[in-house]
Amino acid sequence: MKTLVLPILVPLGTAAVLMLAPKRPAPQRWISLAGAVLLLASALPIFLRVNEAGVQVLQISGWPAPFGITLVADLLAAILVVAVGVVGTTVAVVAFSGVDPKREAFGYHPLIQILLMGVAGAFLTGDFFNLYVWFEVMLVASFVLMALNRTRAQMDAAFKYVTINLIASSIFLTALGLLYGATGTLNMAELARIWPTVGAAGLHTVLALLFVIAFSIKAGLFPLFFWLPASYHTPPAAIGAVFAGLLTKVGVYALIRVFTLLFHGESPAISTLLLVMSAATMAIGLVAALGERDFRRILSFNLVGHIGYTTASLSLLTPAALAGAIFYVLHHIVVITNLYLIGGVMLRLRRTTDVAGLGGLYRDRPLVAVLAMVPIFSLAGVPPLSGFLGKLAILEGAFAAGAHWVGGLVLVVGLLTLLSMGHTWAEGFWRPAAGDVQDVAAPGMPLLAAIAALGAITLAMTFAAEPLFELASRGARQLLDRDEYVRAVLGGAR
Amino acid sequence: MLRRRLVQLIIGLGLLSNGTNLLIFTAGGLTRAYPPVVPEGATALAKPYADPVPQALVLTAIVIGFGLLAFSLVLAHRVHGTAGSDDVDDVGRGR
Repeated sequence: MKTLVLPILVPLGTAAVLMLAPKRPAPQRWISLAGAVLLLASALPIFLRVNEAGVQVLQISGWPAPFGITLVADLLAAILVVAVGVVGTTVAVVAFSGVDPKREAFGYHPLIQILLMGVAGAFLTGDFFNLYVWFEVMLVASFVLMALNRTRAQMDAAFKYVTINLIASSIFLTALGLLYGATGTLNMAELARIWPTVGAAGLHTVLALLFVIAFSIKAGLFPLFFWLPASYHTPPAAIGAVFAGLLTKVGVYALIRVFTLLFHGESPAISTLLLVMSAATMAIGLVAALGERDFRRILSFNLVGHIGYTTASLSLLTPAALAGAIFYVLHHIVVITNLYLIGGVMLRLRRTTDVAGLGGLYRDRPLVAVLAMVPIFSLAGVPPLSGFLGKLAILEGAFAAGAHWVGGLVLVVGLLTLLSMGHTWAEGFWRPAAGDVQDVAAPGMPLLAAIAALGAITLAMTFAAEPLFELASRGARQLLDRDEYVRAVLGGAR
Repeated sequence: MLRRRLVQLIIGLGLLSNGTNLLIFTAGGLTRAYPPVVPEGATALAKPYADPVPQALVLTAIVIGFGLLAFSLVLAHRVHGTAGSDDVDDVGRGR
C-alpha cells in the first residue's frame, strides 16, 4: 500500500513549506493547520484499509524485506497514527489563540510538524534501527521545543530532559548492536521469525532487559520516571499537551512491539519485572500526585501513574489485557492532551496553575468548567466516561489472567486518581475564589474549541465504546498472533 | 557523567555514544580485507566477507550522535548564560 508513507511525508513537506513561508503568524498558523488536517486525512484511509484487509506493508523502493526499509501498519499502528493526526490538528488549532511570539518566530510550527513526523514514523516503521532513527527525530524536535525560551526553570528542565533521553538512546542503540550481532537482522518481522532459534537464553534476557530499560525511560516507568514530572510542566500548554499525549505513548508502543514480537512469554522473569515496575509506577505516581498543589504537576504525576496501567496490562500478555491496554492508551491520549490544554486555559485566566490560586472558576467561567469536567472526570474514571471503561477493561483482563493483586492495585490506584482529580475539581472550580480574583486574559475561542473537540471525542469514545473495544480486541489478537504480521512483511505482499 | 558540571556531563555523554558505536561495530563481527563485492562470474558472495550493514548503522548513529552533542553543547552554553552557573544543582535551585 503506497500511501503508507504519507503520514511521514505530509508533516515533512509541511515543515519545509513552513520554513520557506513568511515568518508572520498568520500564514504559519494556516499552513500548519492545513498540514495537520492533511496528516489526519492521510491516516484515516490507512486505518480503514488495515481494518478491512489486515496488515498493510510498504517496501521502500521495492527492496524486499528483510533487506530494505519496511513500513508496516497493523491495527495498533494505524489507530495510533490516526490519534497523531487528531492531536496534531488540535494543537494547530490551539496555535490560533496565540503562541508566545518569540517561539513562533523561532520555528515553533515547523518543529511541531517534525515532531508529528517522528511520532508517525515510529508507529509505522517495521525495522528496529528505523525505530531508533524516528525516536531521535522526535527527540531532537522535542528538545528544541523544550528549550525555546530562556527562563531558568525551563533551561533546567530542558537539560535534564536532554540528558536522560540521550542516555536512553544510547542504551537502546547498545541493545540494537547486540541484537544485530546475534541475529544479523533488525527487521522486526524477520526477527520475530528467527528469534526463537538464535542465541542463548542469557542473551535473550540481557537484550530484553536493555529494551525494557531504554523504553521505560522514554515511557516514564518507575524507577526511571523522575525526569518527566521535572520537565513536562514547564513548556507552554500546547507543547506540554503534545509531549504528554504522544511522546510517552511512543515508549509504550515500543514496549508493546518488543514484547509481542520478541519476548513473547518466553522469559517470565522479564514480564514479572515489567509488571512490578508498572505496579510501582501506578502507586507512586498517584501518591505523588496527591501531594502536589500545582495543576500541571498533578497532571504529570497522573500521566506517570496511568502509563503504569497500560504497561501492567501489557506485561500480562493475554488478549483481554492487551485489548484493555490499547483501549486505555487511546483514551489516555485524548484525555491527557485535553487536560494539559485546560492547564493552558487556567494559565491564561489566572496566570497560575497552582490550585490554591484558582478557585471560583465554576461560578465565573461556567463554560470552561463544563469543558474541563469531561476530561477531569474521565481521567478519574467516573462512569460512564471512557476512563471508567478503560479501567474496567484492564481490570477484567487482569482478573482473567489470574493476576488478582494487579486487579486490586488497579482499583486502589483508581480510587487515588478519583481523589486527586476530585480534589482538583473541588479546589480549582467549586471552591469560591480566595479574595477578589480578576481574570487576567480571555482564554481565546480556538483554544476552547480545541478543548471542546477533544471532550467530544472522549464522549464519542464513551458512547462508541463497544465497537472501539472490539477494535482493540482485534488489534490485540493481531499483536499476539505474530504470523499475520510476519507473513505480511516477508511474504512480499503489497 | 556523574559530574555536576555541565561540560563534563556532556563529555561523558559523548564517550557513552562513541562506546555504543564501537560496540555495534564489533558486535557485527570484524573481518579484514574481504570487501563485500560479488566477484566476476559469481552470483553470490563467498562466505568470509565484511558485513556492510553495521557500518551503515554506525555511520547513521555517528551523525545523529554528533548532532545531539552539538545541540547539548549549545544548550549548556545557554543554560550558563541564563543561570550564570554550570553546576547542575545551582541551575535547579535558583528558580
